Amino acid sequence: MKRVNDLEEIRRIIGLHKRWDLIFMITGIIALMIAVLTFMALFAHMLVDGMPRLSWDFFTSFPSRRPESAGILSAWVGTTLVMLVTAIAAVPLGIGSGVYLEEYASKNLLTEIIEINVTNLAGVPSIIYGLLALGLFVYQLGFGQSILAAGLALALLILPVVIVATREAIRSIPVAIREGAYALGATKWQTVSDHLLPYSSAGILTGIIIGLARAIGETAPIITIGALTFIAFLPPSPVKSEFPYISFEWLTAPFTVMPIQMFNWVSRPEEAFQLNAAAAGLVLVVMTLAMNGLAIYLRYRMRKNIKW
Amino acid sequence: MQIDSEKTLEPVQYKSEVKNLSFYYGGFNALKKINMVLHDKKITALIGPSGCGKSTFLRCFNRMHDLYPGNRYEGEIILHPDDVNILASNVDPIEVRMRISMVFQKPNPFPKSIYENVAYGLRVRGIRQRAILDEKVEFALRNSALWDEVKDRLHDLAFNLSGGQQQRLCIARALATDPEILLFDEPTSALDPIATASIEELITDLKNKVTILIVTHNMQQAARVSDYTAYMYLGELIEFDVTDTIFIKPKNKQTEDYITGRFG
Repeated sequence: MKRVNDLEEIRRIIGLHKRWDLIFMITGIIALMIAVLTFMALFAHMLVDGMPRLSWDFFTSFPSRRPESAGILSAWVGTTLVMLVTAIAAVPLGIGSGVYLEEYASKNLLTEIIEINVTNLAGVPSIIYGLLALGLFVYQLGFGQSILAAGLALALLILPVVIVATREAIRSIPVAIREGAYALGATKWQTVSDHLLPYSSAGILTGIIIGLARAIGETAPIITIGALTFIAFLPPSPVKSEFPYISFEWLTAPFTVMPIQMFNWVSRPEEAFQLNAAAAGLVLVVMTLAMNGLAIYLRYRMRKNIKW
Repeated sequence: MQIDSEKTLEPVQYKSEVKNLSFYYGGFNALKKINMVLHDKKITALIGPSGCGKSTFLRCFNRMHDLYPGNRYEGEIILHPDDVNILASNVDPIEVRMRISMVFQKPNPFPKSIYENVAYGLRVRGIRQRAILDEKVEFALRNSALWDEVKDRLHDLAFNLSGGQQQRLCIARALATDPEILLFDEPTSALDPIATASIEELITDLKNKVTILIVTHNMQQAARVSDYTAYMYLGELIEFDVTDTIFIKPKNKQTEDYITGRFG
């Protein structure tokens, strides 16, 4: 009778099974390459087209009818200010909601419905947020087609991201740490402010930056609320030389942002404007990558002292 | 106030009395009508097979179950000398936790400095004066036999300590607030034999300072450190007596089977 443990046979079967490892690995690498190479090709194309246009003047000039003297000054200033409003609005609202849902809300049907809705909000098309902002902020509240309205619209857009990131970060803290705080007689707020928030700050910050990196490239909601495509002046400065030194006039100023400036140039027939669009795109991609890089760095730095 | 009459009373022999305590996780009856006492400034051990309810019982003493929905207590745990039922719904669980400290199964220091770990219970109580904090932290670290090892690096991260040191730090953290009862939930189950020996020695040293209730799945540990032992099985208290009696001539057949290793 043939032995079950025939070595030759075992080796043959292992070889046969291992072939599947190889097949899957090759498939996986191909799938990965499709994603990576596509992005690399896009980026390289933009780099070749846009790089020659990148100069100090490109950043300090307003848009112009002559492509060679046109720049992105109003666009990057607009983007920066809109992002500022977005962050100021979305961060406290998002963290507050996340902490409440995770730590305070009693587990019942209502909480469940709210949770499902928050998760679903992340999937709502951004133009819907634009329509909401147009109706609510621009007309109803009378903010006009302003930086304030745009910043708040984008804040709504990234709110679910911040809320989910906050909840995930808090949930990743071990039960033993939370119970340790409560066992010493801490109240909920003492536990949240002394432990849960500090220990989850890396995760929360990552979520905020990922959210902002998404918002920075959003075009649809900004077009919907009516950002101008051609704008050759800056919003009023937030710092004034006379009392009270700080001004909020810029909040209500008309504006444009990077993706809209790009969109405007892409739709021009002259090829020189296409190069401008590529250069602006390059700046936008670098801004996004820099924000993601910052998120990774901060997570690494802040988690260094926390091991669990 | 009846200060005079209190003086004439006999000294309180029991730190705590458990009366008809039942506990429910939702519909599951985890503890069934438990009656026992904690002797003042003595060590009481809870033993029994896994799932018998000994940790559940321990966590009733600092109302830890209140953190999660659907849990329900029945019966009373009376805390002396003020005879308050700490399970009563009008007693704030935070107040209970300020009087009764707990040390957990696995060392769970906060990702803060050694000093801040020990000081946290004091900070929760609103103590801000540096001198008081310093004094209490040193006192607690000395009482947990950790002072000499960490006095030169109080502001280092607690995570840099070894497992046994971390557990002694957690004991210091629990001691810093002068608890009336100290609860231990299998405090050595995550430690090596040497660290276990040092924790056991520490627990024995603490006996005359504080009332101790310790859950252990290690019967030798119960025999070594405790004055009284309670054997639990399936949520019921089977036998409660002086430790020597439990281990040498238990009255109950079930206890004897468990102690001698025929079951468990």
